[in-house]
Amino acid sequence: MLAQDKLNTMTELPPPETQLQEFWRNLKKDKLAMFGMFVLGALVILAILAKLTTEWIVLFDPSTVRLPDKFLPPMSEASHDLIPAPDRPLFGIYFFGTDELGRDVFARMLQGSFVSLSIGFIAVGISLAIGILLGGLSGYYGNVKLGFITIDTLIMRFTDVMLCFPTFFLILTVVALLPPSIYNIMIVIGVTSWMGTARFVRAEFLSLREQDFVIAAKALGLPEHRIIFRHMVPNAMAPVLVSATIGVASAILTESGLSFLGFGVQPPFATWGNILSDGKGFIFDAPWLFFIPGFAILIVVLAFNLFGEGLREILNPKLRRR
Amino acid sequence: MWAYITRNILQRIITLLIVSIVAHSVIHLAPGEPSEVDPSNPRMKPADIQLIRAAFHLDDPLYLQYAYWMRDLFTGELKSFKDNQPVLPKIWQRFLNSLPLLICATLIIWSLSFPTGIHAAIRRGSVYDRTTTFTAYALISIPGFFLSYIMILWVVNTFNVPVIGMRTFGMEDATLTFRSMDRLWHLVIPSLMSAIGGIAVLSRYVRSQMLEVVGQDYVRTARAKGLSEDSVIYRHALQNALLPFVTMFGFLLPALIGGSVIFEQIFAWPGLGRLGYEAILARDFPVILTINFIAAVLTLIGTLISDLLYAVVDPRIRLQ
Repeated sequence: MLAQDKLNTMTELPPPETQLQEFWRNLKKDKLAMFGMFVLGALVILAILAKLTTEWIVLFDPSTVRLPDKFLPPMSEASHDLIPAPDRPLFGIYFFGTDELGRDVFARMLQGSFVSLSIGFIAVGISLAIGILLGGLSGYYGNVKLGFITIDTLIMRFTDVMLCFPTFFLILTVVALLPPSIYNIMIVIGVTSWMGTARFVRAEFLSLREQDFVIAAKALGLPEHRIIFRHMVPNAMAPVLVSATIGVASAILTESGLSFLGFGVQPPFATWGNILSDGKGFIFDAPWLFFIPGFAILIVVLAFNLFGEGLREILNPKLRRR
Repeated sequence: MWAYITRNILQRIITLLIVSIVAHSVIHLAPGEPSEVDPSNPRMKPADIQLIRAAFHLDDPLYLQYAYWMRDLFTGELKSFKDNQPVLPKIWQRFLNSLPLLICATLIIWSLSFPTGIHAAIRRGSVYDRTTTFTAYALISIPGFFLSYIMILWVVNTFNVPVIGMRTFGMEDATLTFRSMDRLWHLVIPSLMSAIGGIAVLSRYVRSQMLEVVGQDYVRTARAKGLSEDSVIYRHALQNALLPFVTMFGFLLPALIGGSVIFEQIFAWPGLGRLGYEAILARDFPVILTINFIAAVLTLIGTLISDLLYAVVDPRIRLQ
């Protein structure tokens, strides 16, 4: 280390960057990705605050029905003479208006932000777990034979089988047959979307397996799980991270599509998808019920996609500008 | 070559078999049965439910049910649970309705995304590039039905034409030109809407593929030889960048068929996706399974064709 420092001062080179510093420097150049990252950061904080203020300390009540105040446009005041004090919204104002039952849309959107995000994250978590496991198995133990067939062939054929299904139709079928529950939706989206990850991880593992540091680790006699999880998985994470970011976005969209067809998350949970699909019936009478959740989904999914694309360019040196 | 094709077809048939087994077990193992569609109907007595279950072979073990399904499918005897109509003609008719939508959407996707992507790659970092990047991402980030609703409102208000359904009701006596214009007009919006996701994704792929190729040594060589920029881009770079897209062909189909559920529902288009949706609502297992099966067959044929085409257009690939 000392020799390295001396060398740097002698040749007057800047100190070598860590990977994280390099990543950050490249990210700062990409305006769209930065925008995406800030929106996502804000959204995560908002979702946690929302969980806090709609369930634990109820400042915004998403489920109170106030029939005198139905279909009020955004920023309108609650009618003080008709609504009892505890049912009034915070500051007596409906920031995003009210819906057909007089529920506060702002509170519902807040509640929905947490639910929608957790659907995205948990579904992607499941798909990553399956994808990394299967991709890793077939990349690392690919040559092991099970009877007449290698593990690699077995897993990759299964991946091909899953790719043959029209995904949305499959999700719809299973969600419709299962009892309606938010957890079923997360699981079904996760279980039907791991194929891309499995393929990426397998390809990365195949090339990593031949690299010197892995051979060195093997020569040192490290146990296999340590080679796989400490040395290979971190190096295979770049494409996985990208597809995970974009996966969250598409899970949120899939949920809204399911809601549109009537198989989405059921009440009492509010998600942006089912607020939007409930709002489509009132597009003329109460356009805010349709446009607020629609644009909210647009902005959030856009942020995920832009950030994912930024990551792809930064993490893939081939695409970087020379 | 022929050995390769035969082996490939055999592999695909095995894949198809597994697809059908997986689909069959998923549907039959999941709770919810055709006999339970209408539980509140007072006229449904336990005896009737027993009768239904027996008629649909629902009490038999799974492998027998699978065998019955396969046998009926290939002898063309398969009947829908819902209305006892033969499944294959029913699906065929709906497929014919969906076909113009699928073809039109595919055409729109391919003819728009290539010029956009190539242009964006050549002028990397320009205003054009940044605008198309942003637009592409905005388009895939909108829930499809949200955009469609806005589009329907806009088109109906601006052009004052009906866009729902396959044709305008009550136009049967109009002249041929009038009727075909009407059909065309009804076709444009739904296929544009179902193409939008594809355009955004494919143009991004084209762009990144093109960028990768432009950085290759042979492109630098072509420039160094003093070729004109047009010749470098369109003759040397483009040809190589286009190769991988031959394989995209096969994977577009399942996405379009899956996506058609939502769009056919919005536009009241009596196609395959809508039939699937109705079948799901009615727990009409033979129809659901057969649609899934046909989608898988189409996908496998699509990927086979793209594999073969890939070998034809890229001499570096040898089929053995």
